[in-house]
Amino acid sequence: MSLPYPLLYLFVFYFFGVVAIASALTFVTRKSPVAAALWLVNTMFALSAEYVLLDAQFIGVMQVLVYAGAIMVVFLFVIMLLNLGHPSEIADQRGLWPRLAAGAIGLILIAEIMVIGGGKVAGKYQVPLGFAADQMQKYGAVGTVARPLFNEYLLAFELTSVLLLVAIAGAVVLGRRRDGRAG
Amino acid sequence: MLAESLALSAVLFVIGVVGVLTRRNAIIIFMCVELMLNAVNLTFVAFSRVYGAAGQVFVVFVMTVAAAEAAVGLAIIIAIFRHRQTVNLQNINLMKG
Repeated sequence: MSLPYPLLYLFVFYFFGVVAIASALTFVTRKSPVAAALWLVNTMFALSAEYVLLDAQFIGVMQVLVYAGAIMVVFLFVIMLLNLGHPSEIADQRGLWPRLAAGAIGLILIAEIMVIGGGKVAGKYQVPLGFAADQMQKYGAVGTVARPLFNEYLLAFELTSVLLLVAIAGAVVLGRRRDGRAG
Repeated sequence: MLAESLALSAVLFVIGVVGVLTRRNAIIIFMCVELMLNAVNLTFVAFSRVYGAAGQVFVVFVMTVAAAEAAVGLAIIIAIFRHRQTVNLQNINLMKG
C-alpha cells in the first residue's frame, strides 16, 4: 500500500469487495435468469462503490446509469419478452466434464494471479502520488475524464459514435420479422 | 489499494469465465461476459489512479462497446428464439461439426 489509508476507508473497500464477489457467485449459480440478472445488478452497484473509493466518481455514476440502469434493463426486458421466468428446463447447468474443465481453468487463472501478484508496477510511467486527487481538485470529477477524452482520444470518441450507429442499425435489422410485417 | 483492486477484479473475471463455461442459457452467458467487462473496468480504474486519467477514458469506451454488444447480442438471441423457441445452447448446434 502506497498511502496510509484510514481504517473506515479500508473497511468500506473490503466490505464492497466482499459484496461484489458474493453477489457474482450467487449470480452464476442462480437457475432463474431474472434472479441472476438482479444479482448482477447488485454486483454492479458494489463495483460502483469501489470506483468512488478509487477516486473515479464520474465512472461510478456512469456505472449505475449505464450498466445497472440501461444495459441490465435491456437484459431483463429480453428475459421477460421471451418469457424465460420459469427456471424449469431453460437454465440448467452443463454436464460434469464442462464443469470440471471450468473449475480447472478457474484454478489455473487464480494460480496465475498468485504468481503474478508479487510483481511491481513499472515506476517509470507512474504519476506522482496524489496526482489523481490533484486533477480532481483542478478540473472536477467530470473534467478529469473529459479533458483526455476530447483531446487525445477525440478520434476514438467519434468512431465510438459510428459504432453505436451500426449497433442500432444491426439491432433493428436483426429484430425485424422475416415475413415483412412491422415489429 | 492497487493490489487489492486488481485481486478483486481478477476474482470477478474468473467468476465470469466459469459462468460462461458452465451455463447453457445464452442470456446468462451474455451476462457473464458483462461481468468480465466490469472486472476489466475495475482494473482500468485502479491503474488510472497510478498512471493518470487515460484509464477512466478507456472505461467510458468499454461501457459504450458493452452497450452496443448488448443491443446486437440480445437482438440475435431474440432472432434465435423466434426461430427455434429456445435459448439453451445445447439445442443450438447447427455449427457444431
